[in-house]
Amino acid sequence: MTEILKVQGLRKAFGGVVVANGIDFSLSKGAMHCLIGPNGAGKSSFFRLLLGEHAPDAGTITFDGSDITGLRSFQRIRRGISVKFQVPGIFKALSVRQNLEVAFQDHLHGHSLSATIREMLDFTDLRAEEMTPAGILSHGQQQWLEIAMAVGVEPKLLLLDEPTAGMSPDETRKTGEMLHELNGRGITILAVEHDMAFVEQIAKRVTVLHFGSIFAEGTITEIIDHPGVQEIYLGTADV
Amino acid sequence: MTLNTTDTVPRSRARRLFSRLEGPQTMGSGPAFWTVAALVLGVAAAYPLIADAWTVGNAAYFLIWTFMAMGLGVVWGYAGALSFGQTAFFGLAGYAYGVITINLGTAYGLTIVALLLSVAIGGLFALVIGYFMFYGRIQGVFIGIVTLSVTLVLETFMAQTAGPQWRIGEARLNGFNGMSGMPPLTLPWFGGDIVLYPGPPLYYLLLGLVVICYLGLRILLNSPFGNVLVAIRENPHRVGMLGYDVRLYQMLAFGIGGAFAALSGALYTAWGQYITPSSMGLTSAALPIVWVAVGGRRDITATLIGTLVVLAGFQTLTIYGSQYALVVMGALLLVTVLAAPQGLIVGAMTLLGRLFQRSKT
Repeated sequence: MTEILKVQGLRKAFGGVVVANGIDFSLSKGAMHCLIGPNGAGKSSFFRLLLGEHAPDAGTITFDGSDITGLRSFQRIRRGISVKFQVPGIFKALSVRQNLEVAFQDHLHGHSLSATIREMLDFTDLRAEEMTPAGILSHGQQQWLEIAMAVGVEPKLLLLDEPTAGMSPDETRKTGEMLHELNGRGITILAVEHDMAFVEQIAKRVTVLHFGSIFAEGTITEIIDHPGVQEIYLGTADV
Repeated sequence: MTLNTTDTVPRSRARRLFSRLEGPQTMGSGPAFWTVAALVLGVAAAYPLIADAWTVGNAAYFLIWTFMAMGLGVVWGYAGALSFGQTAFFGLAGYAYGVITINLGTAYGLTIVALLLSVAIGGLFALVIGYFMFYGRIQGVFIGIVTLSVTLVLETFMAQTAGPQWRIGEARLNGFNGMSGMPPLTLPWFGGDIVLYPGPPLYYLLLGLVVICYLGLRILLNSPFGNVLVAIRENPHRVGMLGYDVRLYQMLAFGIGGAFAALSGALYTAWGQYITPSSMGLTSAALPIVWVAVGGRRDITATLIGTLVVLAGFQTLTIYGSQYALVVMGALLLVTVLAAPQGLIVGAMTLLGRLFQRSKT
């Protein structure tokens, strides 16, 4: 399958702390991939490097056939990367509709803008809250609103940083269903997640990061059964 | 068919443009709002018929400052960047108007050209300062510090230009005493130029400009550009992660705010035929912040009304209370920040809106 993302020799250190230690990673088009690992493994830093919020000390990032290592964040987003943060990155004083308008208006206009907003309101079950200030939505609804903002213009790659943080089990399940639908539309998804039940629900393949390096990679079953992963992250039943 | 198509496109564009007079970024909509607005405009237009020329000239003076206030509203209230130095662009444009008109004279409508050039100079200077600030990653309170420094540096610089070597063509900068003797705005007209000394003709020109700028800003702020500005105020990081160049938008907003301050500066110089370095000093820099904060920085209508009310109050206090007027202004700012951070006019309009809704239901 064609690669949409290829990371080679990515390295980043803050003083003596190495957050990415020569990471080689690739993602196929249409993949639904999870990134797991203990706290401090470098998952969020890896995302920030992909998004251009940190400049790497070494290595290259190739997205959809182009080297994006030197691009600024907004330029990477314009190439087709989209992101949803752990803490909902919405505009709390604006209505749900305004949030979606700001997210889509650079790409869509007039009727197509209205149609996409309607579609996203239905997709996230937020039709009734269209004119509600986003700040008073429930935590789960805020998370869905941000997902809608991130996917309305159909990005090629969606990065999700703990998309279910703070969600109830029902909301988590529903979020998983949403991601499957988005993946079915052809959006490649890379998610950082701690909730292993959610990882099992969505991921086709999983990568484990540890001390800024790739520790293991495989299917969800392979990762769960991996003794090293159990030791550093998942734990074992007899402990 | 072709004619119909080409006819429809501009008409629908114009309709879309005017539809942005109302929107989520500006308070006030519907027939009731526009009827009240038309009534207020009617009263303002009739004012010179009942007031003497000096009072009308004084009212024109109030109108002059509203441009700087609306510009600060865009930069601070909408884009979230508190500029403490709008007076830098005000003063620069004021001096530019003086230098240009003293050298070029008043024939052929050249004072209007000078006005436009002064606004362009002030706006461009704001873009340059904005470029270094926003592309230099200066944020938050540091924007206030940098802009205040810029206006104080300009004030200090202009105050030491007393010597005869400080001249541009025929125009002496005149140091601490400031420039004077520049001509007022002059409109070329059949049978003789109309000289706009403070009085009804200048008042009507300014009133027209206020209406145009106010409506233009309503359209701009309810456009996609305005949406992005408000989003930047709320969460700049997220806006960047939606693919917008946040710094570019901030710089443009700052340039617009600077151009509006420059318009005030050039008009002020034309109105009083003088400009001094103190127009860029600390007190002058602080007052626009009081006007905008007290009225309500996040709504352009509140900014406009608040500025006029506070200016009128400030002048009355200055007449009757001398230097205590500034202390009262400071107290007013404190009360606003503590009791109605969204602004007194916005608070009153919100209350009125709720009462109106309740009476309807």
